[in-house]
Amino acid sequence: MNLYLECLTASTPEIIVIATALIVLLVDLTVVQEKPAANRAALAGAITCLGCSLAMAWVALLPSSVHVAMLAISPMTQWLKLPLLLMTVFAAVLSWHQRITRHAGEYFALLLLAASGLMLLISSDNLLMIFIALELLSISLYALAAFNKASLASSEAALKYLLFGGMSAAFTLFGISLIYGLAGDVQLNFIAARLRSQPGEPLFYVALVMTLVGFAFKLAAAPFHLWAPDVYQGAPTPVASFIASGSKVASFFVLARILLTAFPGARGTASLNDFLPGWAPVFIVLAVLSMVAGNVAAIVQTNVKRLLAYSAIAHAGYALLALLADQRHALSALLFYTITYAFTVLGAFAVVGVVEDSGRQASLADFAGLSRRAPLLSFCMLVFMLSLAGIPPLSGFFGKFYVFTAAASAPTQLSLLWLVVVAVGASAVSLYYYLQVLKQIYAVAPPPSSTWPRPAISAQVTIVMLAIIVIALGCAPDLLLGKITALLRSHPF
Amino acid sequence: MLTVLTFLPLAAGVLMILLGRDQQKLGRNLAFAVSLIALALAVTLVALFDHSRKGMQFVERVPWVPSLGIEYYVGVDGLSLLTVLLSALVVPFGMLASWKIEYKPKVYFALMLFLESGLFGTFTAQNFVHWFLFWELSLIPAFFLIRIWGGPNRSSAAFQFFVYTMAGSVAMLAAFLALYAATGTFDFAQLAALAHRGGFFAGHKTLATAVFAGILLGLAVKVPLVPFHTWLPAAYAEAPIGTAMVLTGAMSKMGVYGFLRILWPIFPEQLHDHAWRHVLLALAVATVVFPAAAAFAQKDLKRMVAYSSINHLGYCLLGIFAAAKWSDGSPGWTNDQAATLNGVILQMFNHGITAAALFYFVGLIEQRGGALRGLNDFGGLRKAAPVFCGLMGIALFASLGLPGLNGFPGEFLIFKGSLHMAAKTALLAMPGLLLTAIFLLTLLQRVFTGPLPEKWSRWPDLTMTERLIVAPVIVLIFVLGIFPQLLTGLANPAVMQMLKPF
Amino acid sequence: MLAWTIYISFLGAALLMFLPGDNPGPPRVVALLSALAGLFFAAMGIAECCRHSAAGVLTDVVNAPWIGELGIRYHLAADGISLVLVLLTGIAAVAGVLFSWNIETRTREFFALYLALIGGVYGVFLSVDLFLLFVFYEVAIIPKYFLIAIWGSTRREYGAMKLALYSFVGSAMVLVGLIAAYVVAGGKTFDLVELAKYPFPAGFQNWAFIVVFVGFAILAGLWPFHTWAPTGHVAAPTAASMLLAGVVMKLGAYGALRVAMTLFPIGLHTWQNTIAVLAVIGIVYGALVALVQQDFKFVIGYSSVSHMGFVLLGMMTLSQIGLSGAVLQMFSHGIIAGLLFAVVGRMVYDRTHTRDLAKLQPMNLNQVLPFAAVTFVVGCAASMGLPGFSGFIAEMQVLVGAWKTFPVFAVIAAAGILAGIAYTLRVLVKAFFAEGPAELPNLPDCNRISVPERAGALLLLAATLVIGLCPRLLLDLITPSLNSPLMSPLWKAGLR
Repeated sequence: MNLYLECLTASTPEIIVIATALIVLLVDLTVVQEKPAANRAALAGAITCLGCSLAMAWVALLPSSVHVAMLAISPMTQWLKLPLLLMTVFAAVLSWHQRITRHAGEYFALLLLAASGLMLLISSDNLLMIFIALELLSISLYALAAFNKASLASSEAALKYLLFGGMSAAFTLFGISLIYGLAGDVQLNFIAARLRSQPGEPLFYVALVMTLVGFAFKLAAAPFHLWAPDVYQGAPTPVASFIASGSKVASFFVLARILLTAFPGARGTASLNDFLPGWAPVFIVLAVLSMVAGNVAAIVQTNVKRLLAYSAIAHAGYALLALLADQRHALSALLFYTITYAFTVLGAFAVVGVVEDSGRQASLADFAGLSRRAPLLSFCMLVFMLSLAGIPPLSGFFGKFYVFTAAASAPTQLSLLWLVVVAVGASAVSLYYYLQVLKQIYAVAPPPSSTWPRPAISAQVTIVMLAIIVIALGCAPDLLLGKITALLRSHPF
Repeated sequence: MLTVLTFLPLAAGVLMILLGRDQQKLGRNLAFAVSLIALALAVTLVALFDHSRKGMQFVERVPWVPSLGIEYYVGVDGLSLLTVLLSALVVPFGMLASWKIEYKPKVYFALMLFLESGLFGTFTAQNFVHWFLFWELSLIPAFFLIRIWGGPNRSSAAFQFFVYTMAGSVAMLAAFLALYAATGTFDFAQLAALAHRGGFFAGHKTLATAVFAGILLGLAVKVPLVPFHTWLPAAYAEAPIGTAMVLTGAMSKMGVYGFLRILWPIFPEQLHDHAWRHVLLALAVATVVFPAAAAFAQKDLKRMVAYSSINHLGYCLLGIFAAAKWSDGSPGWTNDQAATLNGVILQMFNHGITAAALFYFVGLIEQRGGALRGLNDFGGLRKAAPVFCGLMGIALFASLGLPGLNGFPGEFLIFKGSLHMAAKTALLAMPGLLLTAIFLLTLLQRVFTGPLPEKWSRWPDLTMTERLIVAPVIVLIFVLGIFPQLLTGLANPAVMQMLKPF
Repeated sequence: MLAWTIYISFLGAALLMFLPGDNPGPPRVVALLSALAGLFFAAMGIAECCRHSAAGVLTDVVNAPWIGELGIRYHLAADGISLVLVLLTGIAAVAGVLFSWNIETRTREFFALYLALIGGVYGVFLSVDLFLLFVFYEVAIIPKYFLIAIWGSTRREYGAMKLALYSFVGSAMVLVGLIAAYVVAGGKTFDLVELAKYPFPAGFQNWAFIVVFVGFAILAGLWPFHTWAPTGHVAAPTAASMLLAGVVMKLGAYGALRVAMTLFPIGLHTWQNTIAVLAVIGIVYGALVALVQQDFKFVIGYSSVSHMGFVLLGMMTLSQIGLSGAVLQMFSHGIIAGLLFAVVGRMVYDRTHTRDLAKLQPMNLNQVLPFAAVTFVVGCAASMGLPGFSGFIAEMQVLVGAWKTFPVFAVIAAAGILAGIAYTLRVLVKAFFAEGPAELPNLPDCNRISVPERAGALLLLAATLVIGLCPRLLLDLITPSLNSPLMSPLWKAGLR
């Protein structure tokens, strides 16, 4: 069969999404140029959601498993596109009523392009393709972060994002080129085969570290996290929610894929008795730094978006623990954790967005007395915050529990228990700042002369749906976990 | 029958508390009626008591917490029956003395009923937990009676009373728990049998001594034994009259009863032990002599009577410890032991009645004198109230131990036996008798004889009601003085049981 | 049937959120009905158990697969000990609702949080799958935070945060221990009965035991991790303090018994003496500190620490009688603490608006609030351990058990009882029976004790009296369950 045709068929969901982006741009430029901004945004948003839903339907109803050119589609990756597209839909819905820009078409188009970048990221097993997809994602996000032209913080955020991101992309590319030099190929499994015959040499470790730097940046793992607080705080809230959710999931998946497919032999151990260099010790250091730095810095925050940024850093640390677990549980724990985290943080940012839309900032004091004005939204925020803290019966709890259990059982029993202890301790500390937010919402009286316009229906529906997802996955984790483990059992990647 | 006796006052008290605020008179009458019913029950028990049978009678025994060896086990022998009867006599007497209480009388009388219930429960119990329950429970009503209706220094008096007694109780509880841990039973009879067979702390002499000391402490505080007596004068002086009567008449006997019921059968070795014996006898002598001397130095009438109470109970302890000296089974001493122990029981009963009567009279003096009760506040009352003087004089002489009145047989028997068994100690205790005589006569002289001051010239004599109240008591004083057999008939079988249980 | 105690509580909480927000009437009724239903189911559960003489057997209530990947099941079961504590929860819940009848601000949120807490507590007592137990244990933390932070009094935000963080740290320790145990046992099951059969290596047990035990014992008020208790109790509103001291502290002790002691008997043996020392220190320290407090509620708060010391001491004696005393003391103190906090918080503080003993002294409260005075007298008598009330048998058993194992500690504990008598008497006299002025002060809110308060007080009084006079009712449940196969590892470790 014609290679191109095969490629096109395999990448139909991505094509649908990109086509939707182009259609949005077209419609916005031509048909509705004179209409008021709100209508333009609504229309563009509607088209976006339609397109994504179409892509989701395609993925769900027509699964495929094919390996062509640089694409490696397996049931696992196909299925993973569903939550990613869902997150995109949610982000789009949240952007319907945003008033930060007139250029709705460009906004949604960029969002869709970023989504396509996500999908391509997870569908590839070729280092170059991965890099291209990563860049597609990142550049779209840089632009989206700057969309609020009226806010200085937004431009600053975007600039920081761009500079940091560009530099780490450079590192990654350099690392990939070194690996190519060592292994002679950029296909992941071929790299593994080549490297097996050559035991580790110093240059390899340098290459490995440089490659991983880029991903560590994307994940906002300390010490590559310095961009995150400013970007999360400065970017428009729906954009921040998208950065915090979708790109995290995809980046983690890809990282796992690279490490476990291409560099299984270079794993190394972190047990204090027999130390072997490899990527595991590196990630242990990253995990510990992230957990500690993220949690400690979050304690003193007064802006909720910044607080969520630091908590994102901490959560990246927890997720990295899953990578260190043994084969049986590593990927399923990682996926469960990141997917549920993504939905939770999407919801949290959505609530922040609603508060901002009512004319306030996003500082802690602006949440005061929210429970009186909007009890349903406050309850949903309660769900999100407690899930992030790891309180049962919410999904965040089971996610953390699964990750900790997986980390504790590997590679040799209880060798990483000290790391689990650190993680559990950090998680215990985190309850403090989540409760601070909830305290403002529930325990503090609202300022007497404040108005509270009704939040948009779309936002409310989204938030409630996300809360339901978080609770449901907490009470019956098997709904998600069963699917993941079934898929992994049949096709590891 | 015993269960009804014990719980009837309790139930009535609860009922009274639930009555409304305007039912004060009804409550008071109800309480008095119940106490009379209890008296009737007690008398019936005496009548139905079979003198010839050994062991406990009217036994009611129901398992309560079998896994811990706790039973609801009540029964009476002669000793118990006498103390029950004493309580049943003193409480109505006390109630009559308190008839004019103005502040919340309903609660006052309810508390008196609770106290009576506690007394009955303690005196009929044959299992430690049951006994301890009522022992502790009697503390609460007493505490509140002193605390709410007492004199100017009532807070510290009540507090001291409660804490001292509680401390002793905790020591006793700890000791009994150790005993339980070693033997697995709380039953008095079983423990006595085990003790007879050879002790339960075989080899652990210090442990046995510690347990003995614990129980001794608890009982010693109650009696009280010098030097654990310091709570008593304040408590009796500050308590309202009716309460003081019950306290001295019945509650103080709980301690002596405990010595006879618990310490004597279960710890014969320790009581007999050389080292302990000297200490205990010395303390008994102290309890006889010091309070008598202290009473002599008092200016407050109530305190004088309080100290004389301690002194009289000292005789009981003297008798017990002297009898214990020869309890290793040597045959020749049985008669003396029997005599002494009979004397102890008689003294308990008689002192109860006499002391209650004395407090009643002192209470009357206080009422009439406008809350004055100093020794030197009065004088020559004989001219103003001759009947009063006469009757109080009888009570005073009975307390002194004049032959023909009820104080005499008990003291006589105690000293008769003690002089044989523990001569030196008994001799040392003799001055106590003298001192008692002196201060009682001084009281008589200062209050009743001599010139009559102007302000007391219209001091009212005993009214008809008061004469009626006091009459039975005076009659008892005479009857029991002339016919002590009425009491020894009940006491002696119990004593013989104590001396030769097996 | 027993599982309905959990469900009805959560259902009640959910239902409450749908009621209209301004009228305090319906929420109270719904909450009361829910609590009563819970108590009813608890009683039915006990009746059922007695009918089948199943107190000694861990009888399944629900056993359904949940998260197959990790071997987690939704497994509820009960034996005698669980039933005793479930009954305690039921009684305390009803009493708490009755004593909160006067809450006017945000009533439905209050009762919703309250019922959620109760549901979580029921869940802990009934769970046999350790993951499920942990879930319920953590679920109980958040309602506590909000109850104190929103409706509390002195330094409520600080007290609430301290409580939440301490509890969370404690449960974090438990989590580490649980995960470690799960992994070492092969990573197949979280079921308590299965894990208890697994022979964990001695070295592992030595550290796992202390981590899990202390994690639970923090909530039980083990000295020196008890410092959240006085602050938290004082800051909390009345019903929350009743539940905190009465039931939540027992969660910690129950967890320590069920999880730490059952899974790691060798570790228990290693740490037995150390923990017994801490328990005894707690008894004496709590009593002595209570003796010098000026705030009424602080006295009761520290007395809770002292009483829980008895529970922990009883557990450490590794004797049947000591353990039996510990469980009975859990029940007894739960009722008594509820009673005392009810009087202090609801009857006195809500009317006089002060808890300072020096200020209460001249108020002559025994004349103004006679019902409160009588209730407090009985509560104090029970707290002192007077016979006839539930505390006596419990403390007696603990002392006998302690005497067999650590005689010196038994003596010190008895001295602690004495100190207990002293501080109880002091606070009773100072608060209610002090010398007052001839005329009574004109306290604006001093209305008569309301009907719900009386009902709640009578319920608690009846509970302590009934159990004090007929301890068999509970001992018949506790003693067989100490012989159950679940406790056989303890037997092997030296339980006598």
